[in-house]
Amino acid sequence: MQKIGVFVCWCGSNIAGTVDVAAVVEAVKKIPDVAYAVDYKYMCSEEGQKIIKDAVEEYGLDRIVVCSCSPRMHEATFRKCAESIGINPYMVEIANIREQCSWVLKDVKVATEKAIQLAKAAIAKVRFNNPLHPGQSQVVKRALVIGGGIAGIQTALDIADAGYKVDILEKEPTIGGKMAQIDKTFPTLDCSACILTPKMVDAACHENITIHTYSDLEAVSGYVGNFDVTIRKKARSVKADICSGCGICTEKCPARKTPSEFDEGLRNRGAIYIPFAQAIPKVPVIDREACLKFKTGKCGVCSIVCPNGAIDYTQEDELITEKYGAIVLATGFELIDLENYGNLGYGRSKNVITSMQLERLTNAAGPTEGHLVCPASGKEPKSVVIVSCVGSRDTSGRGKTYCSKVCCMYNAKHAMYIREKYPNVDVTVFYIDVRTPGKGFDEFQRRAVEEYGVHYVRGQVGKIMSDKEGNLTVFASDLNSGRHLMLNPDLVVLACAVKPAKDARKLASMLTASIDTNDFYVEAHPKLRPVESPTAGIFLSGMCQGPKDIPETVSQAGAAAAKVIGLLAKDKLMTNPCTAKCNEQICSGCLTCTNVCPYGAISGVEKEVVTLNGTREKRVVAVVNEALCQGCGACTVACPSASMDLQGFTNKQILAEVDALC
Amino acid sequence: MVINNKERAEMLRQLAGTNVSLCIQCGRCSANCPVAWKMDVLPHRFVYELLNGGNVDVLLEAKSPWKCLSCFSCAERCPKGVSPAAIMEAVRLTHIRAQGNNKLNPADLENYDDKMPQQAIVAAFRKFNK
Amino acid sequence: MIYNYYPGCTLSTKAKELDVAARKCAEALGFPLVELPNWQCCGAVYPMAPDAIAERLSAVRALVAARDNGGVLVTLCSACHHVIKRVNDDMANVKEIQQKVNNYLGLEVPYTGETKVLHYLEVLRDVVGFENLKAKVVKPLQGRNIGAYYGCLLLRPGQVMSFDDVERPEILENFIKVIGATPVIYDMRNECCAGYMAVTDKNLCKEMVSEIQDNAADAGAGEFITACPLCAYNLLENAGATKLPVSYFTEVLAEALGLNEGGAD
Repeated sequence: MQKIGVFVCWCGSNIAGTVDVAAVVEAVKKIPDVAYAVDYKYMCSEEGQKIIKDAVEEYGLDRIVVCSCSPRMHEATFRKCAESIGINPYMVEIANIREQCSWVLKDVKVATEKAIQLAKAAIAKVRFNNPLHPGQSQVVKRALVIGGGIAGIQTALDIADAGYKVDILEKEPTIGGKMAQIDKTFPTLDCSACILTPKMVDAACHENITIHTYSDLEAVSGYVGNFDVTIRKKARSVKADICSGCGICTEKCPARKTPSEFDEGLRNRGAIYIPFAQAIPKVPVIDREACLKFKTGKCGVCSIVCPNGAIDYTQEDELITEKYGAIVLATGFELIDLENYGNLGYGRSKNVITSMQLERLTNAAGPTEGHLVCPASGKEPKSVVIVSCVGSRDTSGRGKTYCSKVCCMYNAKHAMYIREKYPNVDVTVFYIDVRTPGKGFDEFQRRAVEEYGVHYVRGQVGKIMSDKEGNLTVFASDLNSGRHLMLNPDLVVLACAVKPAKDARKLASMLTASIDTNDFYVEAHPKLRPVESPTAGIFLSGMCQGPKDIPETVSQAGAAAAKVIGLLAKDKLMTNPCTAKCNEQICSGCLTCTNVCPYGAISGVEKEVVTLNGTREKRVVAVVNEALCQGCGACTVACPSASMDLQGFTNKQILAEVDALC
Repeated sequence: MVINNKERAEMLRQLAGTNVSLCIQCGRCSANCPVAWKMDVLPHRFVYELLNGGNVDVLLEAKSPWKCLSCFSCAERCPKGVSPAAIMEAVRLTHIRAQGNNKLNPADLENYDDKMPQQAIVAAFRKFNK
Repeated sequence: MIYNYYPGCTLSTKAKELDVAARKCAEALGFPLVELPNWQCCGAVYPMAPDAIAERLSAVRALVAARDNGGVLVTLCSACHHVIKRVNDDMANVKEIQQKVNNYLGLEVPYTGETKVLHYLEVLRDVVGFENLKAKVVKPLQGRNIGAYYGCLLLRPGQVMSFDDVERPEILENFIKVIGATPVIYDMRNECCAGYMAVTDKNLCKEMVSEIQDNAADAGAGEFITACPLCAYNLLENAGATKLPVSYFTEVLAEALGLNEGGAD
């Protein structure tokens, strides 16, 4: 006879406030095979675990059901507790009577009834639990960081400094990311390039770091500790080993009609280009869509002027494969495009610019060498309007529902840039709220007002109109005074919402990392596991997880690195024993399962099997690679003969749970 | 008859049928209104009073609803999908649905020029009369 | 396909030009308009209050008549289009309005927004096709700089009217190109003309229309086209110093197609 122990947790008042825990205990006691049942205030506490251990010894329990919070929270705790007294950890079942019961129900009677039902289902399941034993797998001591902005660089440096090999994968021709475009950083107003470029150089020179720029993730397979990755190194059309980075090709290139991505379209670049002077590697790439040689077969100027013969029009993409133990996503952000905000005049007047364009206009290395001018006239502005929350906090379907978090601070920064250099230029910031939590942040924003004389108007702008010459008319509201305003600024800066990089969704599906409705990567737990993806071995760093500024990004990059180091430091990993298992006796060898398996864990193997009537025959059956199987269960649903079963969640167990509920 | 402001605010909310609780008080409605410069009480205030202020009198006494063009620029450009235009309409209806509160006199039609399209007359009577 | 047609009150009287040219062109372009037999005035303004049921009935009657005769309803006047399309959206999506209207009308088959409401311009763009239309232009309006005046009702609310980009529309500009003229884009093309204030506040109309006229003229427009009789009235009758001529888009279409009486040369 089985001996099941049921332990009902109060979780303080979290459960006991809505569920009559004593009634749950009384109800389960009546179920056959339940040898013991008890409730306690905090079952996860040391005292609570002692109650479980004592009960096992006293009543000789062989299976345990804990009615408590979600298994995501404390399943591991109670499994460890069971193991410490000699019960296989997979003989423990959790009935979630908090998240799925007490937290979502108000009525005590209803909640108690549901808690009893959930307990009954767990008891029904645990009867069919079998001891399971995790296997072991090796850990490849190398990490891949996808994205070479400040998040990726910092993560890579921290991992590399701990002694592990790291590869950085960057889609652009250089590392540096968005931070390289920025003029100065808040709240200290120090030069962005001055603090970023040394880190770029550190990464490039680090003996443990390999940088793949102008590269894409081609394919990923494997699992935590053992990822197999294929990287596509796109053809630069320049031999990196010969090129000296002199840049003469970029100066002489006659095809100069492509707007510079790095300069946010404020000037054009050649078809062969180096994004910026401190680029790493300082090797140009040919944009084949823009290159006359590739488009018409004529030209070839770069090849003629190159003193080293580094230009190679025949270069092809190169595929390289590598094994990694951990992968970090650091894919960053971009600004939303403003197509849904036609009323703000962006694209109609050149004097309406984005915040990133302003960074380039004030940057000494930018298209105007740091002279702030109105793009339409080339003249210095006399007044500037900065508009906050463009496309942020917008639930109308046109923008992003979230607060982009960084804009309030950079608006203050931009206002200060301008007032510092051009004290006669009037700067007005239109805002809904000024959100400046952070060390020294509010003080920074106040300096803009108190020391720099920036006007902050609580209100928003309406339509922005421009005449033929690009002169602007801005309608706005001043909510504090109740006035309707009409202004004629020379320049309008739109603080556009941030959004995850375009390829975040594609990467998420390649890596089975979760994303939210806005395409930000989802963390395993918003408070307790903020830098891990729910998929084991995938970690998150920087803006790709949600809007954050540089100080936060660098902190998170370090945290992600620490998690990676912790993983790579292990020699072996315990694998999850809840994997699929094929009953070869009844498997027909149709291999439907191989088509639905997202991990490539199932293959058809010809082998001798014992049939149901005891004869032996040689045929193809499905075989699961336990190291690859993630226990998703897709194959068990697809299998027409029900020969595929998921250990720990067998069909028998699930049906027993359902029966208990019905 | 005394009705407290909370109840009257609720009546206006019902009549407007727009969800004022979505408002983040950004003021884009007022900034976008083409007749804001003719209004004594700006459009955002109509949302605010129904959401927090509860001062319904200021809305009912305002001239703004009679300046409102129902052009929907406020609603179109609201980041939260709130329609201040619908609150303007609710205030107008509160007035004109009461007996003897019509704002237009049909007799005045004689004074209109003969090019005035029917559409304008029908619209004005819908907006200003019951 | 049957092109049920809802002319509306103004097109039968003060804006006959808009209507006459539209029918002529439709005939020539192969989508003859079939006027709904017993249409009533749409009310000219969309009744915003959710309890305004009676004010929605005439639009619903037109929609039902169209549903029962092929399922398509073509409109022309911006206000009619606005009211009918929004009421149609209510009938499809607002349960309470749908129930109350159906209770009142007692239809054999209740109406739940099935009719497809098309503006005449949408028929030109999406059914005839601007490329095909271009091929039928016999008298391109070369050298004419035309400012399209959308006004407010044709485009808003963007999500319901789903006619074009509500802030940067291009259907009329593309139409202008097709008939051989040059479109002039100006900021106020989708701002309100002051609408029904024509009846109660002529001074306001004058102030607002002056701005629109100046804005279009500054951008280089020599004339306006519009789809709305009230816009046309305000632009012309309440203009200030700048007074660009105004015509309906169907009039210039007829001209380009060579359909004007005695106009073909």
